[in-house]
Amino acid sequence: MARYGIVVDVEKCTGCHSCFLACKDEYIGNDYYPTSAAQPNEGHKWIQLKEVEHGTGTKIKVDYIPVMCQHCVNPHCITSNNADAVYRRSDGIVIIDPKKAIGRKDIVNACPYGAIFWNEEKSIPQKCTLCVHMLDNGEKTVRCAECCPTGALVFGDLDDADSEISKLLVAKADKVKSFKSELGTRPSTKYIGIPKPFIAGEVILSDRQCDCVKGAKVTLKANGEDKVIEVQTDFFGDFEFKGLARNTDYTIKAEYEGYYPIELTVRTHASQNVGELVLKAK
Amino acid sequence: MAEQVFTNMTNGGPISVYVKDGKIVRIRPLQVPEEELKPWVIEAGGKRYSPPKAFRLAPPGHAERNRFEPHNRILYPLKRVDFDPNGERNPQNRGKSDYVRISWDEALNIVSGEIKRLTDAYGGSSITGMTSSHHNWGIVGYKMGPFSRFMNMLNYTPILDNPDSWEGWHWGATHTYGFQWRLGMPEQFDLLEDALKNTEMIVFWSNDPDTTRGTYSGQESAIWRVWLKEKGIKTVFIDPFYNYTAAAMDGTWLPPRPGSDTALAMAIAYVWITEDLYDKEYVAEKTIGFEEFRQYILGESDNGFVKTPEWAEAESGIPARKIRALAREWAAKRTCLSSGCRGGQGSACRTAYGTEWARMMVLLQAMQGLGKPGVSIWGTTMGAPADSNTWFPGYAEPRGQMGKSNIAKIKLSLQNKTKQRLFRLTLPEAIMTGKEDFWGDGFCGQTLDQQFIHNVYPMEGHSTVKMFYRYGGSFMGTMSDTNKWVKMYQSDKLEFVVNQDCWYGSEAKFADIILPACTNLERNDLGEWAACGGYTTNAHIGNNYRVIVREQKCIEPLGESKADYEIFTLLADRLGMKELYTEGNNEDDWARLFFESSDIAKDISWEEFDKRGYYIIPVPDKYESTPGMRWYAEGRECDTPDTGNSKRGTEKAKELGTYSGKIEFAAESLRQNMPDDMERPIVPHFIPSWEGYFSEAHDKYQLQIIMPHPRFSFHTHYDNHTPWLNEIALHRVEKEGYYWWPVRINPVDAKARNVIDGDIVELYNDRGSVLCIAQVTERVPAGVLHSYGCSAKYDPLVPGQPGSTDKAGCVNLLTASKLLSKHAAGMTPNSCLCELRKWEDLRNG
Repeated sequence: MARYGIVVDVEKCTGCHSCFLACKDEYIGNDYYPTSAAQPNEGHKWIQLKEVEHGTGTKIKVDYIPVMCQHCVNPHCITSNNADAVYRRSDGIVIIDPKKAIGRKDIVNACPYGAIFWNEEKSIPQKCTLCVHMLDNGEKTVRCAECCPTGALVFGDLDDADSEISKLLVAKADKVKSFKSELGTRPSTKYIGIPKPFIAGEVILSDRQCDCVKGAKVTLKANGEDKVIEVQTDFFGDFEFKGLARNTDYTIKAEYEGYYPIELTVRTHASQNVGELVLKAK
Repeated sequence: MAEQVFTNMTNGGPISVYVKDGKIVRIRPLQVPEEELKPWVIEAGGKRYSPPKAFRLAPPGHAERNRFEPHNRILYPLKRVDFDPNGERNPQNRGKSDYVRISWDEALNIVSGEIKRLTDAYGGSSITGMTSSHHNWGIVGYKMGPFSRFMNMLNYTPILDNPDSWEGWHWGATHTYGFQWRLGMPEQFDLLEDALKNTEMIVFWSNDPDTTRGTYSGQESAIWRVWLKEKGIKTVFIDPFYNYTAAAMDGTWLPPRPGSDTALAMAIAYVWITEDLYDKEYVAEKTIGFEEFRQYILGESDNGFVKTPEWAEAESGIPARKIRALAREWAAKRTCLSSGCRGGQGSACRTAYGTEWARMMVLLQAMQGLGKPGVSIWGTTMGAPADSNTWFPGYAEPRGQMGKSNIAKIKLSLQNKTKQRLFRLTLPEAIMTGKEDFWGDGFCGQTLDQQFIHNVYPMEGHSTVKMFYRYGGSFMGTMSDTNKWVKMYQSDKLEFVVNQDCWYGSEAKFADIILPACTNLERNDLGEWAACGGYTTNAHIGNNYRVIVREQKCIEPLGESKADYEIFTLLADRLGMKELYTEGNNEDDWARLFFESSDIAKDISWEEFDKRGYYIIPVPDKYESTPGMRWYAEGRECDTPDTGNSKRGTEKAKELGTYSGKIEFAAESLRQNMPDDMERPIVPHFIPSWEGYFSEAHDKYQLQIIMPHPRFSFHTHYDNHTPWLNEIALHRVEKEGYYWWPVRINPVDAKARNVIDGDIVELYNDRGSVLCIAQVTERVPAGVLHSYGCSAKYDPLVPGQPGSTDKAGCVNLLTASKLLSKHAAGMTPNSCLCELRKWEDLRNG
């Protein structure tokens, strides 16, 4: 038996919104009973892209994170009260029955991912069905993944070790995360490279300010930990530490032979551009 | 009734259209069985790169069904209520008055009656008209076919196109390296393979290929940039906007002040010259005029003015040390310059004296050996392996036009007796004042000398124009200083205005008669993906596959809309010219004639093509790569399939298109024709903008606004007609029931103006006033605003009043009419100053 899921490679998502529009094309005005009723003309985002902008000045990054029903193994939208209206199929797809869920607005609020939308006109909660009507019809793909130009959305059978999705999960195992896994929802949707804070800056030598300094040593250490990460400035004199923990104090030290080092502590309540670190000549 | 699937085409890719019970229910990228697709393979660095077995549409193409639906479609012929062709015409009320539905009979009688009246009284030159760009796709039904054949039959006055989007390359770069047959943009053949094999760094300069997508190639090249990123190629982005490609590739961002790019480029040349970091052998053998250029850069001429990085820092705001570092790395590595999505384009060429920046882009790469492995001018959107020898007509080439092609018995588009011309950018001035002059032939793609032709309107022996036949489009959003278009429409010099379109564009309701055209989903046609032909030969190399589609009529036209060819046939009939216009052909007859004139007719029969709906031209098994300009760098004859190159295959085949056949640091074409033009001098100069950071107006209007091409629409197409797009907050943002056009503003500028994210703000200067919604972001530096110059909706607070504040985001109401320079007729939307204030303040106060 197949178990379907989607892997989202955030590092590849360009925010083109093709998935968002293709999803609308599939569902607006089109009923697919018994798994879904038509999506209303506006207001629903069964797949939506969260734009995340971090950093300041010229040291910024912009990421796009597609968020949709996570097709959880332990879906919070299924409760003892609505087990008739919401169910998880043996292939892992979570379905809100469009007839049995009439009037059940509580189902919208049960989802910790904000992936369920209320259809005012039909009085039903609605969400991504993983294009189950297409899969049941023998198709091998779903609309959002079908049109993704960079491979940021990969659909497939998680139980098939030879599937593209399974191979991807193995290849990038160290970067795979579930969204809000602390809630115990166990999503079938997996994310690669969910953005984390970075610290960036530039090293400048006080007596050579007309040139960028390549190869200056910059180290980073989380306060209270022993592990030290070392990088060198690039030809622009820039350095960057990616993938840091949030709300953590880090000590940064910039060094260059013949110059006094600079040390400073930065807290990652968000990504930080520490600006120009001007090292004084000895 | 069972679901039927039809094939069709958009300006961003081929589609399968699913129809049930006479309704389009969904639209997907063209569905082709995987076994029919044989993707190419590029081997580089021990890896094999191959595209997916699928077609990647432009984002709005996924919303084609929504665009097609009736929300904003013109469904019936309409007449302005206070327009009476036999009495009061009330031109002053265009843009103000309502419309009344009329029958096709009445509409056609009025239009044909006006054509007859004016032709009899003043001759055909009293009629002018122009089309939109790319609102539909197809050879038989799209603009250069039926429109051109009909209007030329009337001996009308054509309006020449502005080479907009790449002005500086057309008017500037052509004088450095030719490629006038590509309107100044360089050939891009096989540069993907070259980059994967050889390039170590890519400098994206004023280029956001993830957004502009090689123009019509959808998102086919998005995966190429994933490969380049995964390969670890260093990327640098020079752009006042932290654009989407920068976000995707995570490169180094250097944001210069708008209009300072030429200074930045000259400082790079300064570093290379003073530090001996350029390819002297290449410069000596492949270029001319370097000494004049060197003297200018080093200040040995130009009154001792030295183009140092410190000077460029003062102009651009980019630290001199960064300029030096970039210059040194660029010279040390095999560097690709990505200066526009097709190699040449970009906002920086659409500024005051934008010619000089484009010339500098070519000259910088010439100093590094342009054409050598890894050293290219490449937009990262074109250059896939393909069979470029199999010919299929494109709508922009003579062989693809029903008025010029050999398939026509009478080539009506070539027989126009009127020699008078108008120019798109100055059309309002020409109409309102009754006289105008301009340089060049619009698209000067035949010879460099075409740029030096001086056109005067009205031409002796011709009439001024009195009728405007507008076909598609929304120039209020895309042309410059667009309040003048409102004034033009209200001029009594225009006795009659027709607008024929599928949707209500921003100009529709300035017409006297509106005619409803149907889209290419509602009629039969055929066309190749992305390959428009003409001056963009072989544009299919922006796609991973060559896809020819039989555009099949999916459903009956909505309302009373009709195919353009049918509308012109009905008009021709009333003018007694039906036989002349049609030659007895219906649309399918023309489609079949075009098909049979093409090379693919040897591989697939018309019947099979018609039934299957598509044909994929395979890449030859033994494909031989011919990277763009490699032949020139290696001193060989041109070996690329660049069919517009008139020297190709002749004894001059080793030469470029310039006068000398070499790259010209000092342009011989300018020296011989306009030696005293100090706005486009023989050697490129940095000339401060008339409207920029250091200009006088900056005291009053302290924000520089740039207006690049949009991400979620195409020109003005899809916006306003496609409500689904309104839910993409990067395209439009809903507030209080209205969908506002975003303007991006730096937090420093927002705070100084008491503006927060999501505020409705007024952008204003002496020329106009526009409302937008503020998006406060670090993606633009302080002092710079970013807003796409492509709103399809014009919604003035006081309809029909020139200068009225527009609610819908037509930011081009703010831009200046001034052209690139006196003799370079391109527009300059990115040389614009304005101020911004919170709109609620004004409303309450």
